[in-house]
Amino acid sequence: MPKWITQVGCPYCGSSCDDIEVLVSDDGKKILETRNACVIGNEIFHHVSSPDRPKKPRMRQPDGNFKEITYDEAVDYTAKTLLKSKKPLIYGFGSTNCEGMSAVARVAEKAGAVLDNCASICHGPSFLAIFDNGYPSCTLGEVKNRADVVLFWGCNPMHAHPRHTSRYSIFPRGFFTTKGQMQRTIICIDPRETDTAKLANIHLMIKQGHDYDLFDAFRTVLRGHDIPAEVAGIKKDQILEAVEKIKKGRFVMIFFGMGCCHTDGRNHNVDIAISLTRDINSHTKASIMAMRGHYNIAGPGQVWSWQFGFPYCLDLSKGTHAHMNPGETSSVDLAMRDEVDCFMNVGTDAGAHFPIDAIKHLKKRPFITVDPNICMASEISDLHIPVRVVGVEEPGIVYRMDNVPIQFKKVVDGPEGVPSDEELFDRIYERMCELTETEPIWLPSREHAKAPTAAEQ
Amino acid sequence: MKDKIILNMITQRAIEEGQAMEKGKTTREYFEACSVVEMNPEDMKRIGIWRNTNVRVTSEVGSVIVKAIEPTQFCPPGLAHIRQGVWANQVVPPRTQSTGTPQYSGFPVTIEPAINEKIKTALELVQGAVGLWKGGN
Repeated sequence: MPKWITQVGCPYCGSSCDDIEVLVSDDGKKILETRNACVIGNEIFHHVSSPDRPKKPRMRQPDGNFKEITYDEAVDYTAKTLLKSKKPLIYGFGSTNCEGMSAVARVAEKAGAVLDNCASICHGPSFLAIFDNGYPSCTLGEVKNRADVVLFWGCNPMHAHPRHTSRYSIFPRGFFTTKGQMQRTIICIDPRETDTAKLANIHLMIKQGHDYDLFDAFRTVLRGHDIPAEVAGIKKDQILEAVEKIKKGRFVMIFFGMGCCHTDGRNHNVDIAISLTRDINSHTKASIMAMRGHYNIAGPGQVWSWQFGFPYCLDLSKGTHAHMNPGETSSVDLAMRDEVDCFMNVGTDAGAHFPIDAIKHLKKRPFITVDPNICMASEISDLHIPVRVVGVEEPGIVYRMDNVPIQFKKVVDGPEGVPSDEELFDRIYERMCELTETEPIWLPSREHAKAPTAAEQ
Repeated sequence: MKDKIILNMITQRAIEEGQAMEKGKTTREYFEACSVVEMNPEDMKRIGIWRNTNVRVTSEVGSVIVKAIEPTQFCPPGLAHIRQGVWANQVVPPRTQSTGTPQYSGFPVTIEPAINEKIKTALELVQGAVGLWKGGN
């Protein structure tokens, strides 16, 4: 009998839904059906059974074609390439678990690498603003139970986080929000009439790239001053109406997305959004949250901050200490200045999502991809190492967009012989230690599988 | 009527793109979801094209052939949108204002009709850029 597995986590967007139900075949190998997942999540669960998935590492040959090699050979090549490089760049981690992120840190430290994650091209500017101005945030549970005025600023959850609005932000009925959507005022700020804007009570169709001006107008009105007849393409009356709704709210929630971080202003847009949150708090309660893109992209920020003190753009090449300086140690900037001599793409697809010029620069040197699937990065790599799919074939800790850790489950067995990210990075680290004739360091406090037991010590 | 028009480009996520991406970036679905530019019908009129016509989009860093479609989510005149992914990143400027984040949104592009040009596949664009493309589909 096929079996329903419940409370499964979905490895797609930052909403990290953990209420998915998956029907698994008798032999525990194939996913037959899913419940509760959005169209994208559903696609991920079904895709793991695809016959096209590579099951062995593939090495590019001089004629440009791939040849299958063993995992031992792939580990050896990666270890040697990393050791030979003066400044390798290890980038990605949008789609893997915290165990893998922790394991790669050991490799990066040994290699003297730059360690960066997808936040670098996504919510990196939000980090900069948060360092400068703080982060008065809350959990998504509080949003569901309390928020009665919700702002979506430069984000479009109906497309990028499909179940966000039904689980947390618009539709659900919570402890103090018993009437659900009826009780919530939705304000959307976007240059397009997105599907999220269509759900909003007030849509301010801002002139693209003028977010800072509009934030400033909101702050000015909240502080009781006058504003011009039009700001950022929005009429004064509309701004006053929106601010009035905000002041009347009992709990105001601001969600912001790539509309703030990808355009002119970058961190300054987020900085003033945080200041606006502070201003609203002198009238009512308010909180703010970044719409993180992937199910565990908050993870590397947590794990690496704990290990090195910085969330992304970590330069470990000095060997004695970590340092972080976006613009200098960020992946795209390093690539454009030709400063790295090996690129490792892990659990993401830089090939499709970096500006093509950055890829042209990175491809001049060894290019290694670690990813379960065939993607653009894998197809231009010198070496592609497939791993198990986290959340489907591999359990692990993930951090939701509100930085709440969730234990994800494994629902089916992975392809035989294919390691997890963590196992792969441990093997690469061990091989690097062998090659440099040093002792690997495993931390017993982490209950690492390879750490010596108390008796052995 | 002009033969080209300058628009403000944004490249962001769409659910069609997300779903197709998880199916695979070499699939027909991904090609159809992402090799399009959404622009206001008024802007199409200005350069004398119908919807579903191929156009050349050129930015400060490069150009790409995509299909002009009517926006699935309303785009005002002057604004254009290519869904994030391989085609968008052919024209996204890598400048980061010292934050690490490229200019994915809010950069000027020139759009002109390219009725007889073929839209390249994702693999041809990416492998072609690094000298690995060997032809085929």
